[in-house]
This record gives sequence, C-alpha cells and structure tokens, in this order.
Amino acid sequence: MKQIASVNDFVVKFANVNGSGSASANELFAKSILRMGVPVSPRNIFPSNIQGLPTWYEVRVTEKGHLGRRGGVDFMVAMNPQTWNADVKEIEPGGYLFYDNSKSLPSSKFREDITVIGMPLTEISNTTYAEARERQLMKNIIYLGALSFLLGIEAEAIEKLFGEQYKGKERLLDSNKKALHLGRDYAEQHLPAIGLKVERRDAVGDRIFVEGNSAAALGCVYGGATVCAWYPITPSSSVAEGFTKWCQKFRVDADTGKHKFAIVQAEDELASIGMVVGAGWNGARAFTATSGPGISLMQEFIGLAYFAEIPVTIIDVQRGGPSTGMPTRTQQSDVLSCAYASHGDTKHVLLFPEDPKECFEMSATALDLADRLQTPIFVLTDLDIGMNQRLCKPFEWDDKRQHDRGKVMTEAELEAGKEFGRYLDVDGDGIPFRTYPGTHATKGAYFTRGTSKDRYAKYSEAGPDYVENMQRLLRKFETAKDLVPQPITANASKKTKLGVIFYGSTSPAMAEAMELLEADHVHIDTLRVRAFPFSSAVEDFIEAHEQVFVVEQNRDAQLRGLLVNELNIDPAKLIPVLHYDGTPITARFIVKEISQTASTLNVTPLRKTVRGDSAE
Amino acid sequence: MTYIAKPKLHHPTLVVNNVGYTRRDYEGTVSTLCAGCGHDSISAAIIQACWELDIEPHRVAKLSGIGCSSKTPTYFLGNSHGFNTVHGRMPSVLTGANLANSELIYLGVSGDGDSASIGLGQFAHVMRRGVNMTYIVENNGVYGLTKGQFSATADQGSKSKRGVVNSDSPIDLASLALQLGATFVGRSFSGDKQQLVPLIKAAIAHQGAAFIDVISPCVAFNNHAGSTKSYDHVREHNEAVNRLDFMPKREEITVQYPEGEVTTVQQHDGSYLLLRKLDKNYDASNRIAAMNYIQERQAAGEVVTGLLYLDEEPEDLHAHLNTASGAFNQLNTAELCPGAGALEKLNASLR
Repeated sequence: MKQIASVNDFVVKFANVNGSGSASANELFAKSILRMGVPVSPRNIFPSNIQGLPTWYEVRVTEKGHLGRRGGVDFMVAMNPQTWNADVKEIEPGGYLFYDNSKSLPSSKFREDITVIGMPLTEISNTTYAEARERQLMKNIIYLGALSFLLGIEAEAIEKLFGEQYKGKERLLDSNKKALHLGRDYAEQHLPAIGLKVERRDAVGDRIFVEGNSAAALGCVYGGATVCAWYPITPSSSVAEGFTKWCQKFRVDADTGKHKFAIVQAEDELASIGMVVGAGWNGARAFTATSGPGISLMQEFIGLAYFAEIPVTIIDVQRGGPSTGMPTRTQQSDVLSCAYASHGDTKHVLLFPEDPKECFEMSATALDLADRLQTPIFVLTDLDIGMNQRLCKPFEWDDKRQHDRGKVMTEAELEAGKEFGRYLDVDGDGIPFRTYPGTHATKGAYFTRGTSKDRYAKYSEAGPDYVENMQRLLRKFETAKDLVPQPITANASKKTKLGVIFYGSTSPAMAEAMELLEADHVHIDTLRVRAFPFSSAVEDFIEAHEQVFVVEQNRDAQLRGLLVNELNIDPAKLIPVLHYDGTPITARFIVKEISQTASTLNVTPLRKTVRGDSAE
Repeated sequence: MTYIAKPKLHHPTLVVNNVGYTRRDYEGTVSTLCAGCGHDSISAAIIQACWELDIEPHRVAKLSGIGCSSKTPTYFLGNSHGFNTVHGRMPSVLTGANLANSELIYLGVSGDGDSASIGLGQFAHVMRRGVNMTYIVENNGVYGLTKGQFSATADQGSKSKRGVVNSDSPIDLASLALQLGATFVGRSFSGDKQQLVPLIKAAIAHQGAAFIDVISPCVAFNNHAGSTKSYDHVREHNEAVNRLDFMPKREEITVQYPEGEVTTVQQHDGSYLLLRKLDKNYDASNRIAAMNYIQERQAAGEVVTGLLYLDEEPEDLHAHLNTASGAFNQLNTAELCPGAGALEKLNASLR
C-alpha cells in the first residue's frame, strides 16, 4: 500500500458526536496551522440537533490557498461509532484512520488500503481525570495533542492559542496544556510516523479568519444600522447575535450607558420584517437576518416595501429547503424567490458576497443602497460562508466615507418652499424625495400606501396614475444597475470563446477549478456576478462569448433563469453547472462538469489529469 | 371621496388651542365610509382629543392595517405622517417605527378582523412588549369591506344580516390586552363621545401600551336585530364602570365631586385623571380584579365600558431596551460608525 504523502496540502476530517465539546478542540487544530503560516479552510457539517447526532469538521490544509472544499478525506479522526462505516469508507486509498482503540473492534470494521492508527483515548482520559464532563472534554484535547505531533504542528502554536483563550483562567490553561502533552507524548512513544506534514510557511499574510455572519453583523454596525428585528433560524441567527455583540462593544454611549441601537427578537418573520419596514419608514437604518423559509413568510411585506418605497435591508443566509435536516446544509437556492419576492410586479436588488470580507462590505453597502433607492435590498449569503470561519482579506473602512441617506427633504427645504411630491421623479433617476415623519408642522406629511396613489401621495385608483408609478419604479431599477457592486471579470491566458459566470460562495472553488482547467489547456474567461440588477458588463460578457457556463449551487439554475429573463439571452447559450446536494461546491466537480461539456463543444482536447471526485 | 380635499379656508372666528391650531387643523380628507358608521364618530373623537391635548399634528404618526377601520387615518390628522400597512400587521410596523424614534406619538388604528382574526398574533406581542402607543380597535364584529362576514369578536349566537348564527366563541380584546400586559386598557362605544374623548386623551398621555376597544356598529352589515354589536344592543347592555375626566398637567381642578366618589390619578407625563366611579366596587388599578369583573359581566351579557385598568408607573419597550432618546434618523456617521482605527484592532484580533 502506498501511503499518501503530502506537505501542507491535505484534508483532515473529524467525525464527532454533537455536544461532546469537540468543536473547540477542532477549531484549535485549524487555527494552530494558520499560526504556522499555512492557510486552512475548515467547514462544519452539522445536524439539526443539539446533542447526540453526528457532526463533522473538515479541515483543508492548503499552502496554495485553495479555500473551497476539496472533496475526499486523507486523514479521518473517527470519534463517532454511529457513523464509523461511512467515515471509514470516505478515506482516500493510502489515507489514514485515527480512532479510539480503548475498545477493540473486529477486523471487518477496517480497510486494507489505509493506515490505521489506534490510540486508547478514553482509557488515558479516564485514568487521568475523575469527573465525567472533564473526561469527555479533555479527551478532545488529548487527540488534538496526538494529531499535532503526528502532523508536525508546533506545540507552542497551540499553547499560545490556549493562552489567548484562557486569559486569566490559569487552572484551565494548565489543565489544557497538560492534556495536550499527554496526547503528544503518547503519539511520540507509541504511534507510527505518517506521510502528512504541516511545515511552517509565510502564506497567510495579513488575512483574517472569521465567519461571514459575524462579518455581516459588523458591516451593519459600520453601515449605521440602528434597528434590527429578527427571528431565530439556522443558519442566520448568528447575524443578529453578532450584531448584538458588536453593538455592545461599539454602540453604547460611554457617558449615559444608553444604546444607540434597538434589537428585537420578534415572534416570527412576519413581525421581524414588519418592524424593519416601520423603522425604515421612520428614517432609521434597519435590517433583518433570515433564511429561505423566513423569506417565504416575509413576501407580503417585501411587496409593500417595494411599492411604498421603504428602505429595508434583508440578509438572507441561504440553506437547503424547508423543515429540518437539509436546512443545516448550504445552497444558493433563494435567488429567484428574493429577486421577484411578493405579489404584483416586483423585482429587487440582490447582492452576492463571496466571503466574510464582502459580507462586511456588502451589508454596509446594502444599508446605503436601501436609503438611496428606497427599496428592499437583499444580501444573499449562504451557510458555507456564513457559519464557517473563512480566511479572507482584512476588513477595510475609509473614514472619509459618509452614510448615504439618499433623497430626504429637510425641514429647511420644505420651509423654503421646495416642491415635495412623495412619488415625484424630479430628476429622471426614478427616485423620489421622502420626508421623515415629524419633519415639518404643515408641509411634507404624506400618507403611505401600497399602490393606490398619485405623484403627490394622494389616494388614486386611476389607471394612468398606477402605470406612471410602475414605470418610474422601472426607471429606479435602471438607476440601481450603476449603483450596485459591479461584476469582476478575469481573462483566460489565451483568447477563448468560452465564458463562465458564477457568484457568492462558489468563488474559491471556481478559482481553483480555473487553475486546473488552465493547466489542462482549457481556457475560459470568468465573470463573478456581484449584484442584481445585472449591469451592462454582464450583458457584454455573455455577448462576447459563444458559450457561457453558469455555475450555481441550486437545482433549477436560478441565476441562469434570471439572466435569460432579464437580459433576453438565448437559453441555449447558457450552460448550467449545478451542485445542490447540500455540501459546498468543489473545484473537482466544476472541472469535471466543464471539461465534459467543453470536450463535446470541441474546443480543446483534454488530457485525463483531473482526479476523480469520490465525495461527489 | 378621499381624493376630494376639504376646503382649506377656515372661518376666522374658529377657536385655536395653546399651540395655535383650530380643531379643523386636526381633520383629514372627507370620509368614504357609510353614512352613520361608528368609525367616523371615533375619528371625530380622535380629532377632538388631539386638539384638546394641544398636540402638534405633525408629531403624531398614525398607522393602520387593512379594512374599514384602517382606512380612517386618512380622515383625521391630515398633517401627520400615516401608514396603511398590511392586513393584521400594523402592530409590528408601529413597533419598528417606535423603535426608530421615541419622540413621536404613535397612534395605531385597527379593526376586529385586523386585530382579532388575521392579526391576533401581532396584537398579542405588541401588548407584551409594552410599546408606547395608543392602540384603538374599532370593533364592529364583521368584515365591512368584504361585505358582512363574521370576525373573531362576533358573539356566539349573534346573527348575521344574512341570518347565519355565529357558533364560534368570541375573542375579547380588552381581556386579552389585560392578560398580555397592556398598562392602560379601556373600552368604550362610538356613540358615547363624552366617555370616548377623555379615554383617548388619557391613553395618548399614557407612556406605555394603551389599548382602547371601541364598539363601533356597522350600519351596513351589523346593525340589525339579533346582532350584539348594533347601536340598540350596545346602548341597552352598556355598563360603564366609571367616568373619566382628563386634566393636562398643572391645571387647577375646578370640578367638584362628592367625597369618596372620585380618585385622582397622576400619569407619568404629569397629567391627571379624575376617575369618577359609577360602580363603587370597581377598582381600575387592580388588573386581576378587572379581568374577573369583565368576564363576569360578559357572561351576564353586559358590555363593561370605561377605564378598565391603569398602571400608573408603566415601563415601555425603550426602557426595556435602554435605548438613547431621540430619533435614530438624526444620528450621523460619526455617531454610528466605529471607524477605521477600531477596525484595524479588530482585524488584529482575528488573526
């Protein structure tokens, strides 16, 4: 058997039981590698459960910085008997299985083509610790110690992390250090050397390691959100919880102790969006965070906000469909339900962040756009970037940047006699002026309704008034095209008739796939869509290529549908590449799908250098 | 028709209040409701209350849901911002508006279908949260705009205009509001202006969740024999527990009452309520007793009206959230954004 040998390029997967305290040990594992200057990309794969069901943590160690999921497992830490068979099966031939051999297992439970490394974790933990919970928690740190020794992770890197985590809690610090070395010593004395190694590099740079939901929440603080109303739903709850945490840090008045923010956990999503609509109407910057089912419940209010032209920011952390189970897996499947949310003729602005950095930026931008365009703005992130720590460029903020409050008519302007018509297009961009309630004693008050109104917000059921208003809303949507984040294109090394369009969390897998395809002499230009409505650059890109792949993480090719519908593209020109099993898309999958089609398109002969993807 | 504006010219001799407005300045457009609709009397009572309270009209935000009652905010306070939201969801919109600016006066107007049927959930939660507002339900027991279907407040056994007998138990919104933590609960009748105007004034002065259930007969669909929300039925079964006089702050009490009959209650904003008991056993400061009494009289077929409950020291949502006073829309970038320096430090902690 040939053992897999690799330095700084492999996948370790931890199979644990939910609630066993493994998450913190696993995170330490990933962070210690980062501290050695080697990029990692970890992912939680968790059930809809608090205690007892299987949970996995997959860490891709990648000196080259490929942060997408790779697929396949080189080293399995099998700590969960429930999932043993599937976990063992998932290991690549030549890979490694690390397990607790305190109880012996029949040989039929193993494989011939992998290296099996047993360690009596329970036994060591039970002889060292008396209390049940401590035994369980320290068992995790003991395996962390053993792994760190096997893979060459420096003990100092982990000890430093302990020091940061248990600042001022000397007893915990000491007991964790002790457990770490118990593991390391055992591995040194009893376990075989393996072919996977972490070696110190300087490949992380100034990048930060953070979850997208926390970043989005921070973006809302920087973007000036003052009202947040939400209802708990995985995978978005940590956005509102993050906002609470950041507000406690940044928005409590130092002198009075008063809060420059208001956060309400509503009774459901209907109420949370209703509160955001009310706050937006009253001039506060307000947002909600939710996921697919929440979007379904919010439909009526989203329509009202569209027609009544109320600034609203909705952060939708996308997941698999209804009910429980798949909803703890990732998808990009709310594109259409957000783009055309609600009754009547509506369409909405969508932003697609690729990583936590963009979750931060686009959440702040969404609040500006909502005020500027006076309409709902969706930030369409997903579980993969929302709930996993991702290495990304550091957050940036220009202190010269001022919040854009859009067209708000002031008391002074009203007093000076400036004409106010709530739905009057004064300069052709389709955006009318609004007034905050309470602005002026006799001027600028208006009655807000959905549709039945004229330019001056007077009640009207007249057809021409309705049509005029709807046409203005279309002009406003045109205006949005230039205001939203523009797409980013990259050209292949050679001129090509092929293009690929992608968006959101697909970015790192796509970057890696493009490297692999280039190496295989398949040349494809890329365009990353960052917003809807599509700017002319998207149209130009499709126009400039004969065939364009559209890579998405949903079944129905939703972005492709939007491109066909909104840009009048011939559907035959857009080839869907769809990944929707709930796992994050991989470079292997993209390469396989694109190469197959590219070869039938008779573009370039393909060599068979692409590895098969066992996990797909 | 609502698009017909009322003439703006006022009679020169019209009386102005302490902030310089005539009563006409508190009106809206012409009502489009049926002639004789109880809702129009409630609009008139709101106009009267706001004028007498010397409220500047533009400092009021009026919000409603959908239905006949929810159309009425167009017919009063034409210089206030108004919002006709979605059916049954006005409470959440009002909550959000209130969160954004604690300094405006929030007036929520709803109906029995809007609050007790489709919107019961939001009605419950807005009371629970103690949102500082005046929430008026114009309660006629039927759907007017869709032509006479029963709503959830229709009494069991009451007969619709088409002769259908309602078999479902009614929801009593005043009892619910009491149970859910509203700190001001009143009930009145659209035909009793003397009772209604002071109740609305006291509710607006109340710095917490104030709810008034106003029985408001529907002349088109629920004013016939066999209805328990008709003018005749309500007049016959109305049992007022007290009479209220509202005194703005620092005003001398001039009315003389026989000793023991009147309680003086000071509200948090400094205003006084003079509460004249009609039922000597009724205590409006006792929530549990109020709930029992209402249930008891309801079982006997009576409609209890008056100030049913008042918490003199209410706490509102802003107090619970410890929010800074004022309007969030006046906070600028420097006050809201921590800036690049803080972000640099934060980046460092994420490495």
